[in-house]
Amino acid sequence: MNIVAQKILPPNATSAEPFLARYRGLRAGLPGPRAPREAAADLLRRRGLPGPRDEAWKYTSLRPLTELQFHAALTDAGDHPAPVALPHLGALAESPRVVFVAGRYRADLSQLPDQITARRFAGHLGTQEAADDSQLLALNTLLAEDGALLEVAAGIDAGTLLLIHMGADLSGTPAAFHPRHSVHLGAGAALTLVEISAGQGTYLHNPVMDIDLAAGARLAHLRLQIESPQAFHIGAVHAAIAERASYDSFSLVLGARLARSEIHARLGGTNCHAALNAAQVLRGAQHADFTTVVSHDAPCGTSRQTVKNVLDDHARGVFQGKIEVARAAQKTDGYQMNQALLLSPHAEIDSKPQLEIFADDVKCSHGATVGELDADQMFFLRSRGIPQAEARGMLVRAFLSEALDLVQHDAARALFDEALNAWWETQAP
Amino acid sequence: MPAVAETLDTVRAVTDGGYKWGFVTDIEMDMAPKGLTEDTVRLISARKQEPAWLLEWRLRAFAAWQAMEEPHWAMLHYPPIDYQDAHYYAAPRKKDGPKSLDEVDPALLRTYEKLGIPLRERAFLAGVEASNIAVDAVFDSVSVATTFRATLAKSGVIFCPISEAVRDHPELVQKYMGSVVPPSDNFFAALNSAVFTDGSFVFIPKGVACPMELSTYFRINARNTGQFERTLIIAEDGASVSYLEGCTAPMRDENQLHAAVVELIAMDDARIKYSTVQNWYPGDAEGRGGIYNFVTKRGVCRGARSKISWTQVETGSAITWKYPSCVLQGDGSIGEFYSVAVTNNRQQADTGTKMIHIGRDTTSTIVSKGISAGHSNNTYRGLVRVLPKAAGARNHTQCDSLLIGDQCGAHTVPYIESRNATARVEHEATTSKIAEDQLFYCRQRGLSEEDAVGLIVNGFCREVLKELPMEFAVEAQKLLAVSLEGSVG
Repeated sequence: MNIVAQKILPPNATSAEPFLARYRGLRAGLPGPRAPREAAADLLRRRGLPGPRDEAWKYTSLRPLTELQFHAALTDAGDHPAPVALPHLGALAESPRVVFVAGRYRADLSQLPDQITARRFAGHLGTQEAADDSQLLALNTLLAEDGALLEVAAGIDAGTLLLIHMGADLSGTPAAFHPRHSVHLGAGAALTLVEISAGQGTYLHNPVMDIDLAAGARLAHLRLQIESPQAFHIGAVHAAIAERASYDSFSLVLGARLARSEIHARLGGTNCHAALNAAQVLRGAQHADFTTVVSHDAPCGTSRQTVKNVLDDHARGVFQGKIEVARAAQKTDGYQMNQALLLSPHAEIDSKPQLEIFADDVKCSHGATVGELDADQMFFLRSRGIPQAEARGMLVRAFLSEALDLVQHDAARALFDEALNAWWETQAP
Repeated sequence: MPAVAETLDTVRAVTDGGYKWGFVTDIEMDMAPKGLTEDTVRLISARKQEPAWLLEWRLRAFAAWQAMEEPHWAMLHYPPIDYQDAHYYAAPRKKDGPKSLDEVDPALLRTYEKLGIPLRERAFLAGVEASNIAVDAVFDSVSVATTFRATLAKSGVIFCPISEAVRDHPELVQKYMGSVVPPSDNFFAALNSAVFTDGSFVFIPKGVACPMELSTYFRINARNTGQFERTLIIAEDGASVSYLEGCTAPMRDENQLHAAVVELIAMDDARIKYSTVQNWYPGDAEGRGGIYNFVTKRGVCRGARSKISWTQVETGSAITWKYPSCVLQGDGSIGEFYSVAVTNNRQQADTGTKMIHIGRDTTSTIVSKGISAGHSNNTYRGLVRVLPKAAGARNHTQCDSLLIGDQCGAHTVPYIESRNATARVEHEATTSKIAEDQLFYCRQRGLSEEDAVGLIVNGFCREVLKELPMEFAVEAQKLLAVSLEGSVG
């Protein structure tokens, strides 16, 4: 069996066998219908984990993942019992929340508002799969065991909800979590979802979120990724946006040893809007990859992206942003800007902004810049008596503020600023 | 330039339209049997009376090619190519090599006359007095004539078919051929290395500014053949040269393969300017026939302060797969890429450049203009890579796409990789259609819609066209108009 699996893999592909073996052991206990999981297993068997041979994974290799031996068993079917300290929540400390610890929903730590219907994942997998290059999704589909299904009824403004995932190793052994979340907003509904991924120890957090926005719905999706420095964060968001609906996301990436965060936004109705903004601030030997695909399928859509990378030490930042405009999507207005600041001679940025356009009456542009701190600006600050480190901090913050200022939610913005402060302080020699 | 005559020509070109270079020359050919095996490689080498080292080089390339897979990452769709269903050697039959132009088969000369190529020394080109361009004409697989050789030899410039260079200057060919594009570089380069039949060789010695423009004109004529030429240009310290390349092919329902390799080497303070007007037969409106153009072009700035500049106007071919690149090795070296790519009907182009910054203070500029019309697809694919030692590297990329009609596609795929903090890389890209107000303005002044589009497109491409040598710029402008014919209204 094993040998056959190896044989049909393309050369140089990274085998997904550790995950497939885990699936074989757990198969009987996983919730929901078997068929989508078997299809995912088949895809991973044929194609392996995505790697540099796949165009979409040119700059990020999952090979380090396969060097780990993950905890074989699922966490108990019940809730994770250990007491857990939630991350700092600042002004959001009193907000309603859904909390997961080590891949499992924790009712005792969660509190849900009345306007949101929440259920636990019961094996219902979306229909996103099948594409040959969707190994990341397949990995989640293969092993998804828990997750939150959130629903806001038509016309309701559900305010702010926190979705927190605390990762941890299981008694010292690396653990892998594959939560499957879904968010559905009815027509005209509104929600601000603040998603925080944090944790301790060595683990893989592989969340997939399916988002479905009905006509005129508004979702602000604000994400803070502060996973443990030994962790892997390999996640994807698939958002389907109907007419006049708006998906406004911002991702701040500070944590994890290796991170890949994908957002696929499909603008399926007329006059809808998507914003996929992000900032990645990395150091040490961190590798973080922010990959987005914006698909304009209907006329008069707008999309906006401002993505910033700040890279220190040996860190490597990756941005891949694709804007697709289908033949029907006339009057599309797409804009994308990505900028990287390299603070160390050993840092690396790889950026691939991409336009794929099949409609003629469109306005699409992208821009990309890469550089170091401006020597003139530095001189200006130094000549006014500001010490080097402080001046550097000011300039980096100014660089990031262009992206952070796009966060409209004050409490979430404050949380992002505090996370950046914490990052900055731990860096001081 | 006589503006009125020019306008008349353009208008005529637009009105009688179509592909004017699609005729076939009936000429007696010496062909290798169809198919590609080690024996084919040996036969080509034997026909060209090559030394043993070159045969071995070819066989190594052939072995490498057999182990390689055809690349499919480009945004191109075409049925699988049967590499066994083509002739890999086709040459006009001749007794001995021509000593002078007078001995060249008159049918061949007439072909080039029809194409407007000044093979006759002192011929006129586009109304320009006493053309000062030396031409190497490549017909199917072999070079048929090279003009102005004596004049060039006086200043020490070597300009000859590469097969002659193998014979007369083996030390140069052995030293440089394959040093920029190694035989195993990629699938099509390996194929070319195994079966290349001719091409041009240029050597500009130390301190010499080449006294005239050099030019190669490629013509595919025979049916069921592939063309595989190889160009090698070496500019020694302080030398400079401007080189032009043009190409056409007959109209046929079948697809013909063209897989060329071009290598440029610039030493300290040398300058090479390489301009291409690529006008292979693009196929008909339904996408039948046309050339599959898979070309590897790469220049290396080996010396300090050297400069390599690529300018291309791509209007032809059913499929274009081409990324003229610069490896900026010498400190302070400069790479430039100016490109206009036009696709119409069912054409597909995936073209762009690579700028690899290795040395300190290296700079590169990329200006790419893509125009898609009809049912075509046009992709810009470009890489800017800054390696750790390239302190102070600079790149600016400007990449604009224009869509004419709602059935075509325009795509942009830039790759930016920087591993040096002091490097500065900038990339801008826009996609738009022809503005209604511009069109309205032109129409109001009595231009037909087609001419108005032609005018606006020429304006859109100006930044690139102005980089072309003057004679080529004229030809390129006409080509743009013809290529876009039928795309509006």
